[in-house]
Amino acid sequence: MQARLSAKTLACRRGDRVLFRGLDLYVESGTALHITGANGVGKTSLLRILAGLLTPFAGEVSHDGDIGLLDERPALDPELPLAKALQFWAALDGAQDLREIAQRLNLIDLINVPVRYLSTGQRKRAALARLLGQQAPIWLLDEPLSGLDEASRGLVEQLTKEHVAGGGLCVIASLQPLAIEGLQRLALEEFAQ
Amino acid sequence: MMRALLRRDLLQFFPFAGGGGAALPLLFFVAVAMLYPFAVGPDPNMLARTGGGVVWIAALLAAILPLERLVARDIELGTFDQLRLRGVSDEAMMAVRMVAHWLSFGPLLLLATFPAAALLKIEGEPLRLLLLGLVAGTPGLAAVGLMIASLTASLRAAGAALSGLLLIPLSLPILIFGAGALARGDIATLGFTAAISLALVAITPFAAGAAIRAAREG
Repeated sequence: MQARLSAKTLACRRGDRVLFRGLDLYVESGTALHITGANGVGKTSLLRILAGLLTPFAGEVSHDGDIGLLDERPALDPELPLAKALQFWAALDGAQDLREIAQRLNLIDLINVPVRYLSTGQRKRAALARLLGQQAPIWLLDEPLSGLDEASRGLVEQLTKEHVAGGGLCVIASLQPLAIEGLQRLALEEFAQ
Repeated sequence: MMRALLRRDLLQFFPFAGGGGAALPLLFFVAVAMLYPFAVGPDPNMLARTGGGVVWIAALLAAILPLERLVARDIELGTFDQLRLRGVSDEAMMAVRMVAHWLSFGPLLLLATFPAAALLKIEGEPLRLLLLGLVAGTPGLAAVGLMIASLTASLRAAGAALSGLLLIPLSLPILIFGAGALARGDIATLGFTAAISLALVAITPFAAGAAIRAAREG
């Protein structure tokens, strides 16, 4: 399936400050876009606008294909064991084998541990498991590398590559550099006011 | 989809479900009924005359105890955002939550009314009116509770105090007609309780949905 995400002359306002203006963006299947910019330049807001969770101050967004969002909130019930917390989303998404996904993300030993006992990095990997299970062609990743150790960072890059190679598209807001071939870059500061 | 949501919500809010839902509102309800005779004295006539009103107030307060975690928690966890991305409307989320909220305290409250009524010397026809009134009124209390919880969810500092304040005007009609039926001994008054309850149940998913949408933009 061809996935596509595009935005025309986007502007974003938070409070009485316009963060960016006149931003055009077009991403299609098989591409990954890295959004860079210092803290507070509006990376998270841009991703939320692209996801349709935030109304842009101006401009419009359109997309073909489902959207999966990974941000700093894992959306997993803290008191449930990881397997059960993931199972809730798997049931909604009709995901296939949770075990396989957990294996892939090195979560298999943690599957019976309540989510609130997981460390920051483990929680991030758990959120990635949720994202993988969703099987959405459009990935919006907000700081996917923060809080992760070196091995896990490599895993995120690997998963992103595979997702893009499999016909998906990916928009990543990250302060850290990403080792992904063919990665396009968008410096949000250029659109700042 | 809706069934999975309801299952999760019930697991979260139903006491004894093991998902963190608290039995506190229920204990609170029985505790009020237990303490009241100690406070006003054991005169059976006096208890029977005023007990119904006390049960109503206890029910009302028990309904707002779980409000703080009813909506704010899932906003913080990002659950509502993730559901939104999967095409679930905010109104549907709130409708499901309203049902789950009522199921988590309504039926148990009705059961707890029996020991409470025994402690307050309410029996026969007044007990029947009290139970029917609670059946008619608790869905409205659940609706009001959810409306308040969603409106105050993004106001971190306000919390419980503001919830209590908002509850007074919103729940007053239910209380007047619900407890009023006991004073008048007239079942027809419960029709008003049910009507107000229904109206609140009907508008709450939209009001609460709009509230969490606004919280998302904030």
